[in-house]
Amino acid sequence: MAVALNQQQDFIEKLNKIEDMLKKYQGKRSALIQALQEAQAIMGYLPIEVQKLVAENLGVTLSEVYSTITFYSFFNLKPIGKYHIRVCLGTACYVRGAEKVLDRLKTELGIEVGDTTDDLKFTLDGCRCIGACGLAPAIIVNDEVYGRLTPDKIPEILKKFE
Amino acid sequence: MEIYRAHVLVCKGTGCVASGSEPIFETLQKEIEKKGLDKEVKVIQTGCLGLCELGPNILIYPEGSYYCQVKAEDVPEIVEEHLLKGRVVQRLLYKEPDSKERYRSLMDIDFYKRQKRIALRNCGIINPEIIEEYIANDGYAALAKALTDMKPQEVIDEVKKSGLRGRGGGGFPTGIKWQFAANAEGDIKYVVCNADEGDPGAFMDRSILEGDPHSVLEAMAIAGYAIGASEGYIYVRAEYPIAVKRLEIAIEQARDRGLLGKNILGTDFSFDIFIRLGSGAFVCGEETALLASIEGRRGEPRPRPPFPANKGLWGKPTIINNVETYANIPVIILKGADWFNEIGSEKSKGTKVFAIGGKINHTGLVEIPMGTTLREVIYDIGGGIPNNKKFKAVQTGGPSGGCIPADLLDMPIEFDTLVQAGSMMGSGGMIVMDEDNCMVDIAKFFLTFTQEESCGKCPPCRIGTKRMLEILERITNGEGKEGDIELLENLAKSIKASSLCGLGQTAPNPVLSTLRYFRDEYEAHIKDKKCPAGACKALIHYEIIADKCKGCGICIKVCPTQAITGERRQPHVIDVDKCIKCNSCFDRCPFGAIVKI
Repeated sequence: MAVALNQQQDFIEKLNKIEDMLKKYQGKRSALIQALQEAQAIMGYLPIEVQKLVAENLGVTLSEVYSTITFYSFFNLKPIGKYHIRVCLGTACYVRGAEKVLDRLKTELGIEVGDTTDDLKFTLDGCRCIGACGLAPAIIVNDEVYGRLTPDKIPEILKKFE
Repeated sequence: MEIYRAHVLVCKGTGCVASGSEPIFETLQKEIEKKGLDKEVKVIQTGCLGLCELGPNILIYPEGSYYCQVKAEDVPEIVEEHLLKGRVVQRLLYKEPDSKERYRSLMDIDFYKRQKRIALRNCGIINPEIIEEYIANDGYAALAKALTDMKPQEVIDEVKKSGLRGRGGGGFPTGIKWQFAANAEGDIKYVVCNADEGDPGAFMDRSILEGDPHSVLEAMAIAGYAIGASEGYIYVRAEYPIAVKRLEIAIEQARDRGLLGKNILGTDFSFDIFIRLGSGAFVCGEETALLASIEGRRGEPRPRPPFPANKGLWGKPTIINNVETYANIPVIILKGADWFNEIGSEKSKGTKVFAIGGKINHTGLVEIPMGTTLREVIYDIGGGIPNNKKFKAVQTGGPSGGCIPADLLDMPIEFDTLVQAGSMMGSGGMIVMDEDNCMVDIAKFFLTFTQEESCGKCPPCRIGTKRMLEILERITNGEGKEGDIELLENLAKSIKASSLCGLGQTAPNPVLSTLRYFRDEYEAHIKDKKCPAGACKALIHYEIIADKCKGCGICIKVCPTQAITGERRQPHVIDVDKCIKCNSCFDRCPFGAIVKI
């Protein structure tokens, strides 16, 4: 119960922070993407409450906000895990076996691409070329790149986040 | 100014940072201080040196000693031996893949000596976060020359005369684009830099932004002067955090020194630059989609004409060039079109940066004169194919390009020759494939990409690529039917003819080029239900050859699904029902006892 209350407080605090941030974008339709990027940096994802705030402050419709969010892969509608694992699926990584690395991550974590583990620890995503082609195949965990991977190196990397 | 007797350059491009160059940079500084050398030796962070495969890379001048795959533990030895005692650390020097000789200097290495660096002229040489280093290397001299010695039309004429063509994909003559925007009526005009580098396997724009951000700012200001614009926007991928940070620093420094902002260099010309972050949509590399995204909308392309040169950002005349194109501009203005004209081939002037990757020994960034052959790039510069495997194809142009087979390796690299071969220059990704890569699978890979990235606005691209992908999935699953190849060809033709933007118009290219050169692989999948390269999971299974198996147990250990069983020193067996074909056992077996059938 206390945990749930804490979470709720945290959520409201972040909403207030977003509302403050949005002041500089009042009525500025063209700042929609910037506003969403900054809001996501605060909240971690873009729930309906945040979408409504952005729509009201920038003077655009909620449907426009939603359609923009769903167009760009950078934006999340659901909370993401503490460790966001993104597997580079660029060509250089692909020809050097990125798919096998991705398959192993799916087996180890027991989730599909785009999903988050129930304990909100890991989110698994594929991503576009990160330009670390010299280290192919590569993955990024939060902002850190792990390169020159083979499927059997995966369990060892995951252990670091236990 | 302090004079140092030695400079240690540490690559802090994305590749080397991922390999661990940051701790090396810090340890170097600490060790140098510890030995009391900090007044004599300067440690500098630079942008990408190019040979990412061998990172972390460091370079020590005046000798030009090139140390690769350096670890933090190696640093005390480098400082003690090289910097204090003047003895080069032999074991860390670069060596060619099949030779024992170690090279003393960077410029002796095949990878570098065959290159001609114009767009990358400062990458790996200067500290991108210090504007003075750029200025010391002729930086902002071209802007000064344009503003004080040239009329706007003279700037455009020079760019036209240079023959520079857009480096982002299409290869449209840059000078002509500028002329259109200069001629367009309107008091407000914009200069846009397309840094939404989306082609998988291409990272030259990122490296330029990370290693030499001022060259892009300078060029945009020159473009602004030429067409009469006072504002510029750089649209850069959010996935490139280091590039964004260095751009922000560069813009701030240029503003501080009066090289951006009001009355640049004391003239009447004012120009400022702003950054906009992309949010992960490949289609935003298309110019009209990019403009929509800067305006804060969904990045959907619109029909052209009107072209952005007449109606661009917020409906105003706009020029859009890519990062590498801009990086060429200051040199052209400073050294002249005639100098630039001498480099390259008849119809393709200057140089092109390529990101070579995939099954190649030297993955990295190279800049070569146009007209160099594919063979020179892949074998002489790239060091050939690893593990004695056979070259199969090289893919250029990303999802819009195609696969070029071995018998065309002696083709010179030019805009037009690549198109004739069924591929294109694109932004410069060059992925090498060997005998283990299945060409049908590669075609499927690219179609999956374009299908996911199709914005959905026009049906040929939205539905057509989906249908093509379904057919390719069927073929690679062993369910291909007679007539599938013809159906693919038909669909490809209609999609190319009727799509709204470049993404759709070029999406079928990977399929068409693999059909042109590797039709037999498609036929083997459809008729014989076999994948000749052994890559398509549904068409292979794994077996252990009992005679070769020593019963060492490595495969049992690496198998994630416990599909392999067997006593120690006895031949092991794979349970095909449990096997998920992850290839781990195949990769790890020391005796070559596991085969794909």
